[in-house]
Amino acid sequence: MAHAYTPGLRVTDSALIRRERRLPLKGTVLVARGEAVEADTVVARTELPGNVHTVNIASRLSVDPAQVPGTLRRPVGSKVEKGEVIASAKSLFGLVTNTAQTPVEGTIESVSHVTGQLILREPPIPVEVGAYVRGVVAEVLPEEGVVVETQAAFVQGIFGVGGETFGEVAIAAESPDQPLLPELLSPTHRGKVVVGGAYTSHAALQRARELGVAAVVVGGFDDQDLRQLLGRDLGVAITGSEELGFTLVLTEGFGHICMADRTWRLLGAHRGELASVSGATQIRAGVMRPEILIPRGVPARAAAEESHATGLEVGSLLRVIREPHFGRIGHVAELPPELRPLESEAKVRVLVVEFADDHTRAVVPRANVELIAE
Amino acid sequence: MIAPPESIRSILATDCGSTTTKAILIEKGPEGYRLVVRGEAPTTVEAPFEDVTRGVLNAVREVEELAGRKILEGERIVSPQSGDQGVDLYVSTSSAGGGLQMMVSGLVLQMTGESAQRAALGAGAIVMDVIALNDGRRPHEKIRRLRQLRPDMILLSGGTDGGDVKRVAEMAEILVAADPKARLGSDYRLPVIYAGNRDAAPLVRECLDSRTALTVVPNLRPSLEREELKPARDAIHELFMEHVMAHAPGYKKLMTWSPVPIMPTPGAVGIIIEKVARRDGIAVVGVDIGGATTDVFSVFQGVFNRTVSANLGMSYSVSNVMAEAGIENILRWVPFPVDEVELRNRVKNKMIRPTTIPQTLEDLVIEQAIAREALRLAFQQHRSLAVGLRGVQSERTISDIMTQTETGQSLVSLMDLGLLVGSGGVLSHAPRRVQAALMMIDAFLPEGLTHLAVDSIFMAPQLGVLSSVHEEAATQVFERDCLVRLGAVLAPVGPGKPGQPCLEVRLEAQGLPPLERSVRFGELVVLPLPEEGGAKLRATPDRGLDLGPGKGRALTAEVRGGVVGLIVDCRGRRPFALPTVSATRIDRLREWNRALGVYPRDV
Repeated sequence: MAHAYTPGLRVTDSALIRRERRLPLKGTVLVARGEAVEADTVVARTELPGNVHTVNIASRLSVDPAQVPGTLRRPVGSKVEKGEVIASAKSLFGLVTNTAQTPVEGTIESVSHVTGQLILREPPIPVEVGAYVRGVVAEVLPEEGVVVETQAAFVQGIFGVGGETFGEVAIAAESPDQPLLPELLSPTHRGKVVVGGAYTSHAALQRARELGVAAVVVGGFDDQDLRQLLGRDLGVAITGSEELGFTLVLTEGFGHICMADRTWRLLGAHRGELASVSGATQIRAGVMRPEILIPRGVPARAAAEESHATGLEVGSLLRVIREPHFGRIGHVAELPPELRPLESEAKVRVLVVEFADDHTRAVVPRANVELIAE
Repeated sequence: MIAPPESIRSILATDCGSTTTKAILIEKGPEGYRLVVRGEAPTTVEAPFEDVTRGVLNAVREVEELAGRKILEGERIVSPQSGDQGVDLYVSTSSAGGGLQMMVSGLVLQMTGESAQRAALGAGAIVMDVIALNDGRRPHEKIRRLRQLRPDMILLSGGTDGGDVKRVAEMAEILVAADPKARLGSDYRLPVIYAGNRDAAPLVRECLDSRTALTVVPNLRPSLEREELKPARDAIHELFMEHVMAHAPGYKKLMTWSPVPIMPTPGAVGIIIEKVARRDGIAVVGVDIGGATTDVFSVFQGVFNRTVSANLGMSYSVSNVMAEAGIENILRWVPFPVDEVELRNRVKNKMIRPTTIPQTLEDLVIEQAIAREALRLAFQQHRSLAVGLRGVQSERTISDIMTQTETGQSLVSLMDLGLLVGSGGVLSHAPRRVQAALMMIDAFLPEGLTHLAVDSIFMAPQLGVLSSVHEEAATQVFERDCLVRLGAVLAPVGPGKPGQPCLEVRLEAQGLPPLERSVRFGELVVLPLPEEGGAKLRATPDRGLDLGPGKGRALTAEVRGGVVGLIVDCRGRRPFALPTVSATRIDRLREWNRALGVYPRDV
């Protein structure tokens, strides 16, 4: 296999970022190529077809399905109001008139002479797509959306919940190993992207929600608290559509884990600046990680997003991502080519890491490290 | 055009998985067909490559390097073989891009709905949802669901031939109102297969012909007593090639390389499992536990069934295993105390970094505990779908008066199971083979005598598609290079008390001294078997316990050899229960692990 290690998450002070902003169906693009946009600029708009309802006219009017088309008071394609009589038929030798009314406002889409069903479609639902991040429109996808480009400080998290949001960066913890406790949050954090240290709890997140915090960025979080936050056990890592009132981004993983120094310093350097945050995570084919983007001005050139793929080499900075050294950071000291047995007796490719904090060395499987990419 | 089987000297087979493309080279030698080498490369269906053939070529290049022979000429597979170059046959399977995703519908969920589900699953599809008139959803909810999901294909069934047509038309109308879009692009019409009441076919055509790519095939449930899944399954395979594959990046090119249609990966695995069951005249269960999904295949009473548990797996879906099984069910297999908060975090960290592997022994034990639960749940789901036809009217005679049987009973009978085959990383790559054996035993709880095997490198898909054109080559490679025979498990059924006499076993194998052993209730022991060949077994259970011939009656059988041996499992069946007191449970687990040499030390 080409890569036996996990390509690292990006943490960089400046990267050219492109984000596609696409409508779910075709619609109208509202901005032009080269136009500057803010995070809240609406860039495209469309209307989703309304929900569909069925009305069984044959049973409501007690007629044969074949007779139903003849009972309609309005032709197919007409707009109707809620409660409007759409079909009627006489019964009991013409003494009684049965009627069928519409359950919702909408348009008559079709009627069947086999089943006697009428299909009614509700009015369309308007949908807008925002720019999400301050930048320029680099490309217009006709009738579908745009590509927004920005030069930004860029932090990829490992896991998040909640959708897209934006706000000023505020640093709430004093160090990357300090947990974000409820008492560290105050009304000044309203609408902000609050950066904590090693860990946060469900109680702190509840406080964040009460205060109207836009996003919380921390090193780790307990799964038990995530369960409480979502009200269910998260089975598969496909997130981003939760409506929690804020967005949560974990930079390191589950548990009490210090935020990586580099991430902490980078976010600290942009205190007070506007950041766009997305919690959307998808870990399947087409991996998507949560992110924090802090735009640094309009890019001078319209180049493709910079490539950052590098190999694993002696000296590479990495993070161990599984027990027994989970969360520790160090440099590659050796890359032995042969397979080596682990304590579990599996024979795999390994590397020797020298930890940054105490300069001790350990053997870890290459599959259990993650490059810290610049 | 395919060359006559007897003239085929070399075969190249690939399986384009969602993450890895695997290629195998098979050559004919003096002793028949054998696997020569295997190569792999990342699958290239997604951006930036968006061409599946790139990954195939990379995997084939690795095969070329390892085998030291030329197969490619530029970007073309040389075929037929000329001298030392090229191969006589190239075949492929695919599950890239999420495999084949289908929605199925029937009139009654438990009858035509279930038959339609079996047809789609058997063809290798993932069933996203089953829509039926009695599924508890109102019409607009069904329509919304149909619109939300973007299946590759829809299988519409319903009604028996000659039955009510109005209800079938109603389902077709719901489909029209939903106007569902195909998953791979909006520029082609969604394939719909109609396999319902033949009298309703004209109405269905009227509704759907102009809006979808409609194919009408014979009813999959022509009468309540009969299920005919083959026409629907064949149509699924055909449309998979024509529509779905043709729209996936690079597949048009790939299809021209092989004279044999590309088959969905699980459909191909099903074919080889079915062939083995038929050849040996036994009931077989195969399980493939992957990162995201677990597939279970079975053949009981000659009936093939396949299910896929879409969210039970060891990496992407590992957290869902914990959610569905419950943390206490995972912990019951772990022979040391574990903090629940810590375990939850570990599982989630595996989910968000799915390619990591256990380094410590404790971590391995936890991973294997999760695998037991994933396998158990997947098998449970399989048992509930692999059932006889529901709604059948059966004649009862005077002798049936005392027995209460109902229709729709599971076909899966563990006492009849002859061979259990496991595959997927956690089973195929377990550091000790006995670990794979015990994981399967704990999860499936086989009864009586059952042989065990693992698929060494997951070649079953390639061999499945190969068997459709060259059965001899496929079965030879399957037996010699694909299957690793572990041995067998012998488990008496019935209750008992720990320590009381349970089983007398006598084993005679060529080259080994005869062995006699008394095993007590609650014990788990392993007896040696030769790796090749077999042994004669005579096992006599205590009164009240059954090995198949009846309570207290001796079982005499031939046991095939294997690398683990004959595991005698006297822990009880129906019920099988682990001690509820934590300390006792841990003691028992350690005792069993020691007896079988499962781990290098006590954990």
